[in-house]
Amino acid sequence: MEYVVITFLCLGILLYFLLGGADFGAGIIELFTSTKNRSRTRKTLYQAIGPVWEANHMWLIIAIVILFVGFPKIYTTMSVYLHIPLLIMLIGIIARGTAFVFRHYDAVKDDMQWLYNRIFRYSSFITSLFLGIIAGSLISGHIDTNSNDFLSAYVFGWLNWFSIAVGFFTVALCGFLAAIYLIGETKDTHDKQRFIKKAEYMNIGAVVFGAMVFIAAHFDNIPLIDWVFKNTVGLTAIVLASLSLILLWYLLIKGKTKVLRILAGFQVTMILVAISYAHFPNFIRLKNGNAMSLFETVGPEKTIYSLGLALLLGSILILPFLGYLFYKFQKKEE
Amino acid sequence: MDDFLAARSQMALSLGFHIIFSCIGMVMPFFMAVSHYKWLKTNDEVYKNLTKAWSKGVAIFFATGAVSGTMLSFELGLLWPKFMEHAGPIFGMPFSLEGTAFFIEAIALGFFLYGWNKLNKWFHWFTGMVVGVSGLASGILVVAANAWMNSPAGFDFVDGKYLNIDPIQAMFNKAWFSQALHMCLAAFTATGFAVAGVHALMILRNQNKEFHLKAFKIAAVFACIGALLQPISGDISAKDVAKRQPAKLAAMEALYTTEKPAPLLIGGIVNEKDRTVKGAIKIPGALSFLAHGNFKAEVKGLDKIPKDEQPPVAITHYAFQIMVGIGTLLMLISLIYFFFLLRKKELLNKRWLLKLFVFAIPLGYIALEAGWVVTEVGRQPWIIYGIMRTKDAVTPMPGIAYSFYIFSAIYISLSVVVTFLLYRQIKMVPILYNNKKSEV
Repeated sequence: MEYVVITFLCLGILLYFLLGGADFGAGIIELFTSTKNRSRTRKTLYQAIGPVWEANHMWLIIAIVILFVGFPKIYTTMSVYLHIPLLIMLIGIIARGTAFVFRHYDAVKDDMQWLYNRIFRYSSFITSLFLGIIAGSLISGHIDTNSNDFLSAYVFGWLNWFSIAVGFFTVALCGFLAAIYLIGETKDTHDKQRFIKKAEYMNIGAVVFGAMVFIAAHFDNIPLIDWVFKNTVGLTAIVLASLSLILLWYLLIKGKTKVLRILAGFQVTMILVAISYAHFPNFIRLKNGNAMSLFETVGPEKTIYSLGLALLLGSILILPFLGYLFYKFQKKEE
Repeated sequence: MDDFLAARSQMALSLGFHIIFSCIGMVMPFFMAVSHYKWLKTNDEVYKNLTKAWSKGVAIFFATGAVSGTMLSFELGLLWPKFMEHAGPIFGMPFSLEGTAFFIEAIALGFFLYGWNKLNKWFHWFTGMVVGVSGLASGILVVAANAWMNSPAGFDFVDGKYLNIDPIQAMFNKAWFSQALHMCLAAFTATGFAVAGVHALMILRNQNKEFHLKAFKIAAVFACIGALLQPISGDISAKDVAKRQPAKLAAMEALYTTEKPAPLLIGGIVNEKDRTVKGAIKIPGALSFLAHGNFKAEVKGLDKIPKDEQPPVAITHYAFQIMVGIGTLLMLISLIYFFFLLRKKELLNKRWLLKLFVFAIPLGYIALEAGWVVTEVGRQPWIIYGIMRTKDAVTPMPGIAYSFYIFSAIYISLSVVVTFLLYRQIKMVPILYNNKKSEV
């Protein structure tokens, strides 16, 4: 059963990165859209993510529930030592979710819209930035559980070059995913062109920040290069990601949007695999050289058994329903 | 502000906020489903408009409830890591099921809100029902987790270790049923009265009478049924608490000394220093009856509880008085309403009756929050009753006060914005729904 639970955990995190990330990205795209195109972007965006954004964010809840039920030590270590970035991310999640709903359901469209829009855009940016920072911190090996000093215990664990680089990398990836998603959501050729442009910029951004991640890793003494290039899975993943990058650009220029989504999702998945495979099942790397492994911190047997059962049962109920939701609202325009 | 107090305040604030929003999100889908059903059956456009108007309310509250719930799943760890480290594997079962229920709710809501004219109409109605049912299931599951903190089960506590963990047994702990029942009825009552009251106000103002009258009726029936059933569930809860948590019951009733028979105290001012209550109305033997079903039974007072295991008395007592007082008042309003509904239909449109409902808008929620104060403060100093103290569970990180200030600001501004949005929705009813043709 623990394999079932771990699979769901990984799946939850991955889907949150892909779907939730595309949601955040939508706000980031809006942030980087010129004023004259914003209201058009907003409309496409609402149609595209309106029906699904709440479901997308459930993956975060699933992942976090699995963590605190099945791997309580990991959950509590994260919440003690990454308290501040988690808090900021949460505030971002609250702000963007409510602003997104409020701006649509405010019966009077007036100056308040200005405020909702601002909040939505900036909080989308901040949330994905800190999501990345948290992810980076988990593997950065800067989390210091032995320190009694406020700064080194609660701040430097996440405030370091590597984590920040991963943060910006995540922002670019989210924007990229959203742009790709939006291309398929609009029928207007002019809008399509705009989203294709956005996808290109975001992709360039992702490559640049990706390189920064490696540079930052070098300065922070994180053996990122070894992780990625010194094992077959990591290497294969990164090669596949790069190959799909070439194909992706080709398709972008050609304007073929159908395969793009799958390819973009695949690419991001490969990146996640490349970064995390080398130290799986370790979930958190600590400053003292130890690591918290999923297998070693796993909860008692009965708990894992019932958790796994609940997850399997849940997915039987959820997945067909969710698939139908996506299917139904994909088809709506046709 | 001291970190421990800040952490408790932040948790209380987050929960207090989440409770209201999730209750609305959990109950309103049922109102919506009734109205939607009537529209499908009668083809009366007013019901369709009403369903749409309510569904907007549901969307606003669901989103706010969802994000504040996400917050809470993190805050449990951010503020109480020691608690979560041990409790997570034991009481996590309802949370993992709740994840499923909530996920289904989110999907169904997506269908419902965006499904007008796109889905088969009965399937569309069904998705609305699914929102309500899964919302209610989520509520029950979360309350079951809270009940575990009051009535720990499903493990053996040996030398500070948590052994033989059984999450199913933990979920079906002794308190889950009475707490969940009480909470569900409270959610229906509070939301029902709030919604009915708002529509009553609009009827009094002579705006879109037909629309608001239909809305009022649906909400009022739910509210009144809830309010009439609540005393029964309250009685089950009281007897349960008396058995499991005598300290909480003693604090609720400010019973400083064990008495046989014990009187019921109504009101009164608690002096925690002298351990006395002044100016309360005493009903002899009534507490014995409420707690044990026997007017002569002994009720344990705080003198039988070790000093360092006593909850704060004044807060618990006042909160309990508020809850019961309001509950009784709402029950009386319900009796009047049903009497008129069944016997004196001509009195139903009396302005004073509507005014009574307007007056009751906030009451249900005040009682609901007071009830949670009773159960949470009454459990102190324990976070897991009899096992772990709250102060031992708090995060080692200093500076929680700042996080509390930030959260207070966020929650206050969210409440202001949501109120403002609802005000605008209601104000726009004449413009959006006056013309009989429907808009999407």
